[in-house]
Amino acid sequence: MLYALSPVQIIEVKNLFKKFGSFTANDDLTFDVKQGEIFGFLGANGAGKTTAIKILCGLSKPTSGEVKVAGFDVYTQTENIKKNIGYMSQKFSLYEDLTVTENIRFYAGIYGISRKEIKERTNILVEKLHLESVKDTLIKSLPLGWKQKLAFSVAIFHEPKIVFLDEPTSGVDPITRRQFWEMIYEAANNDMTVFVTTHYLDEAEYCNRVSIMVDGRIDALDSPKNLKEKYNAENMNEVFLKLARK
Amino acid sequence: MMLPIIFVMPLIQLLILVQAATFEMKHIRMHLIDLDRSSTSRELISKFQGSPFYEITNFSFSEKEGEEDLKKSNADIIFQIPKNFEKDLKTNKKAKVQLVINAINSAAAGVINAYTISIISDYNRQIIYEWNNAPLNFQASSINVNYSYWFNPELNYTNFMVPGILVLLVTLIGALLSGMNIVREKEIGTIEQINVTPIKKYQFIIGKLLPFWFIALFELGFGLTIGKLLFNIPIVGSLWLLFGFAAVYLIVVLSIGLLISTINNTQQQSMFVTFFFMIVFILLSGLFTPVESMPDWAQKVDIINPVAYFIKVMRMILLKGSGFYDIRKEFISISIYALVILSFAVWRYRKTA
Repeated sequence: MLYALSPVQIIEVKNLFKKFGSFTANDDLTFDVKQGEIFGFLGANGAGKTTAIKILCGLSKPTSGEVKVAGFDVYTQTENIKKNIGYMSQKFSLYEDLTVTENIRFYAGIYGISRKEIKERTNILVEKLHLESVKDTLIKSLPLGWKQKLAFSVAIFHEPKIVFLDEPTSGVDPITRRQFWEMIYEAANNDMTVFVTTHYLDEAEYCNRVSIMVDGRIDALDSPKNLKEKYNAENMNEVFLKLARK
Repeated sequence: MMLPIIFVMPLIQLLILVQAATFEMKHIRMHLIDLDRSSTSRELISKFQGSPFYEITNFSFSEKEGEEDLKKSNADIIFQIPKNFEKDLKTNKKAKVQLVINAINSAAAGVINAYTISIISDYNRQIIYEWNNAPLNFQASSINVNYSYWFNPELNYTNFMVPGILVLLVTLIGALLSGMNIVREKEIGTIEQINVTPIKKYQFIIGKLLPFWFIALFELGFGLTIGKLLFNIPIVGSLWLLFGFAAVYLIVVLSIGLLISTINNTQQQSMFVTFFFMIVFILLSGLFTPVESMPDWAQKVDIINPVAYFIKVMRMILLKGSGFYDIRKEFISISIYALVILSFAVWRYRKTA
């Protein structure tokens, strides 16, 4: 894949530490994410991915280190950060007792989008996701794959600069995963930065750059192609196994 | 599922609690021991027979049998007239009778005691007049206490209890709904999605508060309607004033609930804490026992007890017809309370995971 990295660094992390008592969840992380790129944040369960993503979203504060997201500081300007990001958590967290359109209207309303615009764009979105028949159905009765696609669409409905996806495809069938990644590409083509964590290593191939976390540290950070060359591996799975065994 | 809980529950509680939570004594069961069997003793007994409150369920000539009845809970009171009752009264101008009252329920025992003594002293006064051939308006050198009960002339317990129980219902529904709410979102994870949005803290809290505020106000109207239709409670004062006070009061209750909800992490914790506060508030509120007869410290606690304010105001408006001027102190207090506790709830809500 050919692409030119934007010079604008939309996420800057320098020497980030996050400690819970004596446990260090994030151990000296330093990395940047450039505008418009799909940045893969890989690691085994418990490697500290979710902890880092929560800090970047302004949901928790670092123990030390410098972190800027969309030009704002995570210590003091979390509300400004929140205006510029979308977030999809590991656990499905739209309101299950609201319908598809009610969820869209509710979240879009929080970001201050006008009623008229919400209505128009909801219709377009519902059509695109093929949810016309269930748009007035409570979300709890939808299959997981549909829910995940909807959650992603709601997370980017307000057209944020960055969208954080925390294991968006876990538990989803391969076809839906494929469709999900098509949606991610579409967002990235619109100059949205995508920060995605996953433990499916085949998905890492779809990213512009990936970082691999082991025990709270970033052990490798480069494009999938360079990583495979460097570790002399056939695919990302091998890269990961070599790193984890180190 | 929630809807029937919100509406059927208070209806049933209102119906049951109002009937049960009363100190009114009817059918006081009396075991009678008349050892004198004179015309005077029979006349005194007839006073009890004529009273709607007493039922002479048994009589005997031995104290033992009476005690047996009391132990088996077949009688509430033993009334014993000793031998030579009439003779003593006539010669010594003095006679004794004995009352033995089952005091397991001390409040009820107090009421029985008061009723019985008042019947005996009525009769006492009557014989003073009759035996002295004095006219009935003769002022014996005894103090004549004249009772009259204002605002609730028949001492109707329903009128007294319904307003208080309504407060209870609205308070419990409001506190529990709000106390469970944010914490439930923490449990199912939806709060995280909210916390990454730029929503303002006050917007979130007010958004949480408003639906419950409407539900609780509706609930109050619903309860008042039931109270009027079923128990015919008096509504002397202005309903606007009542709902105005309720509107401010509910902000306090709901804010306390939301505050508890923001502090705790599970619905279980939240429920225990909510119940702790509600039980303390309700027991000290003056619903069952007058605030004035509580110890000093309890009266001081009532300064921060919203339930006490509302019960007082509810009774004042409904039974007495008090206007804004009469309840201004309570209104100001509850308004300050609402402002403080609401701000505190907003401040305490954390937009972090």
